[in-house]
Amino acid sequence: MSSLITRVKRNQIAQLIAKGKRLDGRGLTDIREIKVEQGIIERAEGSARVLLGRTEVMVGTKIETGEPFSDTPNEGVLTVNAELVPLASSTFEPGPPDENSIELARIVDRGIRESKAIDVEKLCIEPGKKVFVVFVDVYVLNHDGNFIDASALAAVAALLNTKMPNYEVKEGEVKMKSGYVPLPMKRHPITVTFAKINDKLIVDPWLEEEQVMDARFSMAIDDDGNICAIQKGGSGYFTPQMVLEAAKIAKEKTEEIRKKLKW
Amino acid sequence: MSQKPEKLIDKKGLRLDGRKPDELRKIKIEVGVLSNADGSAYIEQGKNKILAAVYGPRELHPKHLALADRMVIRCRYHMAPFSVQERKSPAPSRREVELSKVIRESLEPSIFLEYYPRTGIDVFIEVLQADGSTRCASITAASVAIADAGIPMRDLVVACSAGKVDDTIVLDLMDEEDKLGMADVPVAFMPNANAITLLQMDGTLSLEEFETAVNLSLEGCKKIYAMQKEALRAKYVLLKEDEE
Repeated sequence: MSSLITRVKRNQIAQLIAKGKRLDGRGLTDIREIKVEQGIIERAEGSARVLLGRTEVMVGTKIETGEPFSDTPNEGVLTVNAELVPLASSTFEPGPPDENSIELARIVDRGIRESKAIDVEKLCIEPGKKVFVVFVDVYVLNHDGNFIDASALAAVAALLNTKMPNYEVKEGEVKMKSGYVPLPMKRHPITVTFAKINDKLIVDPWLEEEQVMDARFSMAIDDDGNICAIQKGGSGYFTPQMVLEAAKIAKEKTEEIRKKLKW
Repeated sequence: MSQKPEKLIDKKGLRLDGRKPDELRKIKIEVGVLSNADGSAYIEQGKNKILAAVYGPRELHPKHLALADRMVIRCRYHMAPFSVQERKSPAPSRREVELSKVIRESLEPSIFLEYYPRTGIDVFIEVLQADGSTRCASITAASVAIADAGIPMRDLVVACSAGKVDDTIVLDLMDEEDKLGMADVPVAFMPNANAITLLQMDGTLSLEEFETAVNLSLEGCKKIYAMQKEALRAKYVLLKEDEE
């Protein structure tokens, strides 16, 4: 973003931030209001919609049976895909996933995978042959900045809401039984994103801030306050001191969110 | 497939390849290895063998990608099908798309993009053999290749990983440590600007462990930075002597 308008806007935003203020009235480390709704798509095995301010993300999960990876024969498979749907923003275009949606999918995936959120060993039906495959599809419906945190949150909310088919093994045969059991979840990773504008860090950037930021930085924190995934993005840089400061803020912020959501 | 080792660090505190926790692998950097490219570099780090080439600044195609006030960088990180144990399909994977993006973003802050409006450079990275921390070695080589192309830079970008293996924080993860270890933190750094330009992590680390890992990888970066400069000097001092 380098048009004259964004440069003017950038100055305005940077001047406000220097005074500890933001365009939308938040403090530098305040997160926008979070709303989580679960179970909104009946046809999906699990679903959730998250509103982070005006950013809106829907996640649906589907469960199928399939083959495990050869290096993890006793574990179910997690597959995350993300779509930046064209109706969400004038800057999203139809077509195959671009690097932004692939990066988003991989950030969401990393948070869930590295925190060991799903008890994947319980998704094994027959070691080496048959396991449950969990598909997590992230759908960004309205882009008003920081769809990373909203997507990560919606993905975990949808997984918590996911039912999987009930089955039993009789004489070596797998038989599906009626009814469903909840997807075995162990952890609830929460992701917090920072933006750097000039030499200041802000939490949960909204669209206008994202358009003028130098770089961003997302951190997933697990239930014990450990860091489980990080991704820096954007063409700017961070100093080592900023990164370490951000880690501390991220820990506090996720505790705050965790309390609100009772995760 | 080789057998899974039970322990990644032995009783003496040494790693699978005999390194101490804070020791780098053997690194070799060569500059100007490809005659067609405007700049190129080759790096060996452990068993990693990676080529980086830079073309440009040149006119961008398609032209609508050009920017009026600065140069555009494009980057492709790609792994050769024979670079890993099981053949990798040559089509770009999602991992490669993501890495191409984060590597590009790690190099952008180092270049005076505004000196070359309406142009572009292409950075091509081919991993010929992978041995863990390929993104870091790729960045180290790509930055040297950009310098070799004579593009004005604020500083070289150097990258190194740290991680957690058998509850110990170690420097410069090799393949087995990357796959079986507890955490991996790749960092790219511009030492003179005190700027981190790439930071990723996966695994589990407490805040204290994260701080230790970042500081350790920055130490590693500084050591590799000296090797980058040495490699550039080796080529250009020789050239100068030839002319004289």
